[in-house]
Amino acid sequence: MSKIIKIKKNLAARIAIYAILGVGAFTFIFPFFWMISTSFKTTVQVFEWPPGFLPAPVTNEAYIEVWGIWPFVRYYENTAFISIAVTGICLLLSSLAGFAFAHYKFPGKTVLFIYLLSSLMFPFQVRMISTFLLLKNLGWLNTYQGLIVPLWASAFAIFFMRQMMVSIPRDLLDAARIDGYSEGKIFFGIALPLCRPGLVALGIFIFMGTWNDFIWPLLIVTGENMKTLSLALAGMTGEGTEVIMTWPQRMAATTLVVLPVIIIFLIFQRQLMKGLTLQSGLKG
Amino acid sequence: MWKRQMWVAYLFILPATLIISIFVMIPSVVSIYFSFFKYDAITPAKFIGLRNYGEFFFEDPLALRSLSINLYYIIGTLPVAILVGFIIAIALNARWFRGRQFFNAAYFIPVAISMVGGSAICLWLLDPMGGLVNWFMQLIGLSPQAWVGDPKLALFTICLVSIWKNLGFFMVIYLTALQAIPSTYYEAARIDGANRWQEIYHITWPIVIPTTFFLLIMGTIGGFQIFDQIYIMTQGGPGNATKVIVFYIYETGFGGQVRMGYASAIAVVLMVIALIITGLQWKYYLRVAE
Repeated sequence: MSKIIKIKKNLAARIAIYAILGVGAFTFIFPFFWMISTSFKTTVQVFEWPPGFLPAPVTNEAYIEVWGIWPFVRYYENTAFISIAVTGICLLLSSLAGFAFAHYKFPGKTVLFIYLLSSLMFPFQVRMISTFLLLKNLGWLNTYQGLIVPLWASAFAIFFMRQMMVSIPRDLLDAARIDGYSEGKIFFGIALPLCRPGLVALGIFIFMGTWNDFIWPLLIVTGENMKTLSLALAGMTGEGTEVIMTWPQRMAATTLVVLPVIIIFLIFQRQLMKGLTLQSGLKG
Repeated sequence: MWKRQMWVAYLFILPATLIISIFVMIPSVVSIYFSFFKYDAITPAKFIGLRNYGEFFFEDPLALRSLSINLYYIIGTLPVAILVGFIIAIALNARWFRGRQFFNAAYFIPVAISMVGGSAICLWLLDPMGGLVNWFMQLIGLSPQAWVGDPKLALFTICLVSIWKNLGFFMVIYLTALQAIPSTYYEAARIDGANRWQEIYHITWPIVIPTTFFLLIMGTIGGFQIFDQIYIMTQGGPGNATKVIVFYIYETGFGGQVRMGYASAIAVVLMVIALIITGLQWKYYLRVAE
């Protein structure tokens, strides 16, 4: 086939691919624009037929109502505190353990590692009830510690950090030891900084997972004052709704919950995607 | 120096091991123990041996029905997500493709938000009265539907919502795998006269088989664990049409009639099924990888 026809065919194919992917991308993110648009409409305008995209008039009454009736500040505080506390401590504990497994020799190392990894075999649902009873007996239901402490360690995070730590050259650490540095200084001063990209990626992953978590706070939280954003949203939109709300109000609440996550994602998109790459073993 | 290092190692591992032991390992084992009891959180627990399991497999119509709902869900979402995710990743990976980051974000943002938030948005889009989806249906000449309110459509709707929510994840994983394939493979194929489709079928797809299996296993286990969207969108209904197994466990353990022993038994069954399926998939993978 002549060169010109070939180039034309390629171009047509490429344009078609862009078009199809574009329609797909539009379909995928349009719901978010619709969410925001609905949140700025009046109750009346929301049900007009055919539905208009732009709110007319633009009104923030839904936001005012939602913000006023429900303690959204408290929900934000709870969710943020829990997410930060879990992320910080989990990163610390997993990198400590990962570093130890990567760079120390000690009796029982393999057994311990397999033991920790085997915890991944138990899905959360199988320990849902017993963990609830455990926390109940500890008096930790509806408390910050109850929500946070059980999430402080994860075999997945340990495994991930171990992979990061393994790539640190042994000579570097030995040189520091010869220079008289304590193991603690070596860990905090050398190992951790070298793992920064992995820590950031893992940290974002844990943070967003905790922020978005639903079934865990659903079990542990029994009072209004400890609710997280997920629970608040479930109480407003779920079929188990406690109060009747209008759709603009519901979408306003949803926007308040969903938008921060989208913004964080867009800011950290590159690091997050790199973090997924660091999960070696997925390459063909 | 060795001895000091050994103690430091134990010290470093201690906190994480403690947490995992107390909050993961022990509760899991205790759950298995509970499954042999009858417990309603008020009266003391009563040992009843295998009666919970007997009830699950032989007397409870809802129990096996739940599992089948999960199975339908997995079959309805996983193949689509894998295939479409793979195809989109191939497009995004092409050398001539511009705007990779934009498309990446567009497909991945639904993954990043919570399932609760996503379900809320979809609930509004699918609203029989004011939802855009029904408006669109009428636009293209189809009749509006009740979606999550229709027992025949509810599970299908849940599948659609999940595909929207999860497709980006599958795509990103494939994209990562594709980017690791050296271009020399394709060049060699092109010299031999292969066209693009043959390249994809004979080179790309076989190379990412490990990735595909990884996604199959994760998707299957995940498919048995879905909960959030059911809670928000259907609460298991209409009439048990979408009562997935985890929702059933939640209802049994924390719902109106508290039966924690029975709920624990169901959860153990779930775990065993997940392990068996994972094991089978591993076996199949090891054989295919010859």
